[in-house]
Amino acid sequence: MAIKTEEMILNMGPQHPSTHGVLRLELILEGELIVDVIPHVGYLHRCFEKHCEAMTYPQVVPYTDRMDYLSSMYNNFGYAVAVERLLGIEVPERVEYIRVIMGELQRIASHLVAIGTYGLDIGAFTPFLYCFRDRERILSLFEMTCGARLLYNYIWVGGLSHDLHPDFVRLTRDFLKDFKPTIKELNNLLSYNKIFIERTANVGVLPLDTAINYGMTGPNLRASGLAFDLRREDPYSIYDRFDFNIPIGEGTHGTVGDCWDRYYVRVLEMYESIKIIEQALDKLPEGDVTSAIPKRIKPPKGTIYSRVENPRGELGYFIISDGSLNPFRVKVRGPSFISLELMGELCKGHLVSDVVAVLGSIDIVLGEVDR
Amino acid sequence: MKKPEEIFEILKNKFPDADIQIDLETPTEPIISIPPKSVHNISLFLRDEEELLFDSLMCLSGVDDANGEKIKQEDDSEIIKGGTLSVYYHLYSVSLKHKITIKTSADRENPEVESVEPIWKTADWHEREAYDMFGIIFLNHPNLKRILMPYDWDAGYPLRKDYKNPEFYKGMKVPY
Repeated sequence: MAIKTEEMILNMGPQHPSTHGVLRLELILEGELIVDVIPHVGYLHRCFEKHCEAMTYPQVVPYTDRMDYLSSMYNNFGYAVAVERLLGIEVPERVEYIRVIMGELQRIASHLVAIGTYGLDIGAFTPFLYCFRDRERILSLFEMTCGARLLYNYIWVGGLSHDLHPDFVRLTRDFLKDFKPTIKELNNLLSYNKIFIERTANVGVLPLDTAINYGMTGPNLRASGLAFDLRREDPYSIYDRFDFNIPIGEGTHGTVGDCWDRYYVRVLEMYESIKIIEQALDKLPEGDVTSAIPKRIKPPKGTIYSRVENPRGELGYFIISDGSLNPFRVKVRGPSFISLELMGELCKGHLVSDVVAVLGSIDIVLGEVDR
Repeated sequence: MKKPEEIFEILKNKFPDADIQIDLETPTEPIISIPPKSVHNISLFLRDEEELLFDSLMCLSGVDDANGEKIKQEDDSEIIKGGTLSVYYHLYSVSLKHKITIKTSADRENPEVESVEPIWKTADWHEREAYDMFGIIFLNHPNLKRILMPYDWDAGYPLRKDYKNPEFYKGMKVPY
């Protein structure tokens, strides 16, 4: 007689330290094997889209900060680009260069959190401290520029809130010089660590066609082997002027598109960001950063879908204007929202302990999932 | 790489019976509107046709057009009768590198649109969000329930223009 078995349901979160925020995962288990993972989101829902309809266009900028709070600078950037396209205005050269520098610094800061906390989830404590030490320096640069460490409200429609601090360029160069060797240190400590590789290689493999069908973008898609980067694919701002590579997953320690690949693409991307910042610092022109800010933003009737490459992937703003001072509708397509949808697909057939490894590797920020 | 006008022509020839229109007036991006009950067929064609290959759905958004009749209530709030709710699809082709915006409008009183979840898996959560926020019913969606709001929220659909906060939710005061 066969033994009677049934599936077990285990709730992970909403206060689990490895869920990176308030997320509840409903794990459906057969013994220790995962049959399905059902994410339950919405614990951090703050009605961003409803708020926007009651705000004027410039008033929306501080709200965008609070979506993906690890890459606030880039959320500002994306929103500014979208509204500028709707208005059809150009911004001064200096503004563009500063935006790119800030955006790429933010990308490094965001990837450092992703890498550091990923190590922490897997059980490596020290790399986390290394990452946060370097991230602190970037945050200090931001603080020096606009007075805030996390939520900047720095990139405005048509310009910036402040010009750079006189010491900014020198300190940024110092930071980049110190930072490059620490990536190597980090690699030796974590990336090529035998235990780390055992935990992440061949886990949560994401084939390319599934990734595209599920709308995956950013480092998660590139780890599956497609060099798809919106900075190249659909250029915005002045990214077409810089020379950089697009790292993709190569399956060095397992299969293409596994957790290790997703992790390592982020490490390589930090090198590319450094390259971009160095080029931008070299060419940084003089000028006024507030001259092009419109006094009254009143776009013509119409719609725009504008997307930028946020550290986590495609950040899209869909804005409908009815010709008034307030947006009629703002919809945000956050990359984390889309990535989280794939949890069930990625975890199927793995062990319970791998859920944490997969969740860390897709690098979500709950503030953006729930908005 | 195809222009929106060319894509419109291809669609028009392939689906002569469906009411397909293109709006070239918008300053930023032309929009092709299709009827809500042919969404599945047209989407499948857009994805699989060799010269189109729209393999990626960038974004799917619900919109309340608020184009119905506005009726003033006693407490000074408004409700909207009639008009439409719309769904916008932003498609991109990773291999051919062209994009297009598709729009479909359904009656506000009975907003039924065919689901594209079987075609682009990413639409699953997008459609649940549109249902959650606007009450748009996606036919043939496998798991159409609320996503951001509590599962048992019964006070309506928050992003509709005539939404009114309830006084209480399960005995808790809502306005603070």
